[in-house]
Amino acid sequence: MMLTARILASELADSTHSSFSASTLDTLIQVLTFRSGYNTNLVIAGTALLGFAAGIIGVFAMLRKRSLVADALSHATLPGICMAFLLAAFIGQAGRTLPVLLIGAGFTGVLGVLCIQMILRHGRLREDVAITVVLGAFFGAGVVGLSYIQAHSAAGSAGITRFIYGQAASMQPSDVVIMAWICGISLLACMLLFKEFTIVCFNDSYARTLGWPVERLDLGIMALIVLVTLVGLQTAGLILVVALLILPAASARFWTDRIRSMVLLSGLFGATGCWLGSTLSAVFPRYPTGAVIVLTSGLLFALSMLFAPRRGLIHLLRRRGRLQLHDLQAVAVHADGAPGFRGLPHRGSGSVDS
Amino acid sequence: MNLSLGLDLFPLTAAILVSVGCGLLGNFLVLRRLSLMGDAISHSVLPGIVIAFLLFTTRSAGVLLLGAAIAGVVTVVLVEVVRQVGRVESSAAIGVVFTVLFALGVLLIEQAAVRHADLDADCLLYGQLETLLWYGAPDDLSGLFSASTLSAIPPQIYLLCITVTIVFLGVGFLYKELRIAAFDPLLSTSLGFHATALHYLLMIMVAAMTVASFEAVGSILVIALLVCPAATARLLTDRLSVQLLLSVVIAFFCGIGGYLGATVVPGLWGKDSVNAAGAIATVAGGLLAIGLLVAPRYGSLARWLRHRRNTSAIAIDDLLTTLYRVAESGGDRCSFEDLKAGWSGPKLHQVIASASRRGMIAVEGGPLSLTPNGRQRAEELIRRHRLWEHYLVDEASIPADHVHDTAEVLEHIEAIDPADEIGTPNRDPHGKPIPPKHEEG
Repeated sequence: MMLTARILASELADSTHSSFSASTLDTLIQVLTFRSGYNTNLVIAGTALLGFAAGIIGVFAMLRKRSLVADALSHATLPGICMAFLLAAFIGQAGRTLPVLLIGAGFTGVLGVLCIQMILRHGRLREDVAITVVLGAFFGAGVVGLSYIQAHSAAGSAGITRFIYGQAASMQPSDVVIMAWICGISLLACMLLFKEFTIVCFNDSYARTLGWPVERLDLGIMALIVLVTLVGLQTAGLILVVALLILPAASARFWTDRIRSMVLLSGLFGATGCWLGSTLSAVFPRYPTGAVIVLTSGLLFALSMLFAPRRGLIHLLRRRGRLQLHDLQAVAVHADGAPGFRGLPHRGSGSVDS
Repeated sequence: MNLSLGLDLFPLTAAILVSVGCGLLGNFLVLRRLSLMGDAISHSVLPGIVIAFLLFTTRSAGVLLLGAAIAGVVTVVLVEVVRQVGRVESSAAIGVVFTVLFALGVLLIEQAAVRHADLDADCLLYGQLETLLWYGAPDDLSGLFSASTLSAIPPQIYLLCITVTIVFLGVGFLYKELRIAAFDPLLSTSLGFHATALHYLLMIMVAAMTVASFEAVGSILVIALLVCPAATARLLTDRLSVQLLLSVVIAFFCGIGGYLGATVVPGLWGKDSVNAAGAIATVAGGLLAIGLLVAPRYGSLARWLRHRRNTSAIAIDDLLTTLYRVAESGGDRCSFEDLKAGWSGPKLHQVIASASRRGMIAVEGGPLSLTPNGRQRAEELIRRHRLWEHYLVDEASIPADHVHDTAEVLEHIEAIDPADEIGTPNRDPHGKPIPPKHEEG
């Protein structure tokens, strides 16, 4: 993570040399403070909302151990996007409208998740194999479809490639509105079912004995993951969209043990990461939005991992240092009263405050 | 089929080499539940390669392989750190590490692409098998081995050949160690083969294979080739050596099938060829799906048939014991309606039909009766049933009126004879006689 931060910094410094001038800085500040035109603001606000929703749902995804199922899901959307594109072109519609492509994406994405479930139920292969197999095979089919479109479609694949790395700049106000609606609905569902989701995540057998429809609630969590992933495709790209779910949740894990504050923190981390990322990407449109957002979220993760008060790496290292010091002092004390000395006291058994 | 030497020979060779190398290594990922780690590495070698390229401004194989190996090790270490410090489960830790590293790689490529036109993010992702053209291809086979034609062989082929050879030699030399580590890492360490060292060695091999495959199939499709053939082979056998062999064979056919499917098949409809790497991954996934269905022992079809056979055998057994009990309580024959009233298994008509086909019961004249054969089988079942009841009451202290249902299940297990445990009492807990064991033959 240090490496990431350093390279991101050198990356910025690098662009300083070549193109970073006072005017770029002005633009950056302008965009950061929402003063750069209606469309840009809309996209950035929409992305931040997406980050918030993804961060919150990501917590449940992580607790349910579904983080990488979402990765397979997002990769599995590619063949569906291609199919929807071809179908729409065949019927004579412009294939690039967002809803059409998203329906296709959702179709194969869900199909991929069902395949994972089927492989798991089959029993011989484990979850890691099921996830990677679905991810690889579906993405492969998608790549085939993509190359077919590139070779044969008159319109070219311009409408599709933005889904791979993400391109916030290509978003239309109408796209943002759709995105905002879906995010809003997911957030509402999360709030209404918060207690249920929590108990399913922590102790599903207990929830089952209480008579709760665990399978349906689980399906609900999965549906929310699907929705957020689909909506995030255009912004973050299908290769990296899973980071919107994982990174904020993993960052929030460092700061708290309580689910409520973790969900809230994760949402805030997600929103901040997406806001910073889409801003940077608006200023430097050459870089794919997905990658930039993932790096800004990764930066937040690195900061959390380093500086979090009780879990952070720095705290851990300092505590280890203090413990060793304490051990040494204990040895010294025991050695002074020589008869009682029986070697090192057990580490951590002393009264070190923690 | 019309393949040309210059256009198709090396893409096809590369496809096969990549498939076979990845297919072999993948076995150990599948067995050690490291598939996701393989996925992470195939993503995160990207920044390793780009950084190596930017530092040394060369695309020579050694530099790229070094960069990838370092990236592979860094990935494994980072995942471990995030998992332990962050206390998140390992798949989330993997997700954190590879997404960030991959994003870094994408950004660096975009940055570098300005100065170096030959770095292309798309190529690294999807692979460009089709670009491995042999410009110096000879017109006829006699010119095959002249210096000029050989020097025109694309360099990626050499890289692939070397890497695949190293992978095969590595797996061959370390077979014993890898096998122990795959099934029991602790045993391996205690025997002196350091499991962690082997782990890193394996990861380095995966990273190296990924890099060598980059230009052929791209970074993401590598993962399909790493896992699919090995998973398919795992469905077909329980023996590791057979699994390794099968996975290589399957991978070989993935390579050929995918490449031909991408180049020749679209040509049949007069279309241009599609992306071969994607087609190979699709074929690999398709073969796995077929394996899941029809594998001889673990396939869904085999399981379904086995289940059906068992169900029907158990139903026949239940019919025989029911008739036996009727005979025991005085009734000599039993009508269909009487049976039907107390029957809870699968369709009675079919069960009666298959039981009489096997000569177990006689159906002449309406009411049913046991044939001598059927009687012998029924006695054996009843014997075991009542012995089990005895066992459950004596050994497990279950009340006598609660043991019937359990004994009803246990009586069908052929492998264990309860008489070996409790001897041969004459009567069961309910006072009914226990038939003697029939001597074999």
